Amino acid sequence: MCLAIPGRVVEIYEEAGLPMGRLDYGGVIHQACLAYLPEIKVGDYAIVHAGFAISLLNEEEAQRSFDIWEEMIRKADEAGIPLTGESQSAIEPSE
Amino acid sequence: MKYLEEFRDPDVARLYLEQIEAAVARPWKIMEVCGGQTHAIMQYGIQELLPDMITLLHGPGCPVCVTPLEQIDKAIAIAGQPGVIFTSFGDMLRVPGSEKDLFTVKAEGGDVRVVYSPLDAVKLATENPDREVVFLAVGFETTAPANAMAVKQAAALGLSNFSEIVAQVLVPPALEAILTSPKNQVQGFLAAGHVCTVMGYHEYEPIAARYGVPIVATGFEPLDILEGILLAVRQLEEGRHEVENQYRRSVRRTGNESAREMISEVYRVVPRQWRGIGEIPASGLGLQPAYAAYDAETRFKVDTIRTQEPEVCISGEVLQGWKKPPDCPAFGGDCTPETPLGATMVSAEGACAAYYRYQGLPV
Ligand code: SF4
Repeated sequence: MCLAIPGRVVEIYEEAGLPMGRLDYGGVIHQACLAYLPEIKVGDYAIVHAGFAISLLNEEEAQRSFDIWEEMIRKADEAGIPLTGESQSAIEPSE
Repeated sequence: MKYLEEFRDPDVARLYLEQIEAAVARPWKIMEVCGGQTHAIMQYGIQELLPDMITLLHGPGCPVCVTPLEQIDKAIAIAGQPGVIFTSFGDMLRVPGSEKDLFTVKAEGGDVRVVYSPLDAVKLATENPDREVVFLAVGFETTAPANAMAVKQAAALGLSNFSEIVAQVLVPPALEAILTSPKNQVQGFLAAGHVCTVMGYHEYEPIAARYGVPIVATGFEPLDILEGILLAVRQLEEGRHEVENQYRRSVRRTGNESAREMISEVYRVVPRQWRGIGEIPASGLGLQPAYAAYDAETRFKVDTIRTQEPEVCISGEVLQGWKKPPDCPAFGGDCTPETPLGATMVSAEGACAAYYRYQGLPV
């Protein structure tokens, strides 16, 4: 019930008078009610709970975390801290 | 998947752990409020990775665990009535009632159906005008907007055959109950990121100030939890007690306003029993008088219920951070996810189930 992960909106439509959407979770499509996110558009990422989108993922804030981590990793590299080295690809995801 | 894997990066996790190590000088006990966080902590072995001075206590944020036995028993009684289509989120079916669970009602021929969204229950009511469709509305502030919309939608469609057993619970009063207990051990909280997504975090500010505890709104991925712990530890070491927002990509200070408006239009605050814990004032939601017609507990006659919990179960103490699941004599023996004695062994978000799954049996 409570393990919500972000999905990307691929379609917006109406059903029984309510705004609904189809969301893509890495290839798996689920539908959700979008009534609580009136500003949402196709291409946005949303977090869904119990069949309702409850938040529009703030991509700028996510990017801010990625930037901070990149900096952390750069400093660790400089300090000679051994890392797996897989982070760069993980932190800069491709679509 | 985008915006998911990034938050599980092992190198960044390692660097956060080093920062936590550098920040901590004294022992601290921090409670993660949400069962989803407990699950992630067990799944990724986060407690074992942390410095010994930090102890994580597992909080009450598991709806399946705290839904009062009396309402479960009522649900079971209503679900067994002829003409009823009983609907529920899937993880409620195995929750033990005093005598049986909803799964058994289904096996005995009751029409019990799992829905993914409460709107699916409303749809069933539209398609089956000669049947009564009852939905078991459990959950924290995260599911309240969905469950409120189902009532609103039933009203908009003029449905008279839809009703809810409303067992909604609220987080902030539970945190206050934990903090005011003489047995309290919690020194800081990781607040549940999705509850804060709906409600915002402003309602935690008076609690942090009054009880002198740091509260960090925290997400559910490993890096979220590690960053949340780091922020809480820094506050504790520096003697600060503020509300901080780790889960910035989803949480705003005032939450999701339209969802909050719908919750207060359909529901009002009521006292609520928490399974294993007892009554907490102003900690639940019930229907507003304008929507009282959708209350399944008044619509269906249910004989007075005498609830009975197995004596051995200490889930209430587990949910308040006083004990850990392996402290229970039944853990992993008489009580397993296949034969749960208490609700905390049922859901993936329950501490007992998470310990059983990821830690195995105590040796
Ligand atoms: S192990 Fe089972 S009986 Fe013991 S506290 Fe957990 S749910 Fe209750």
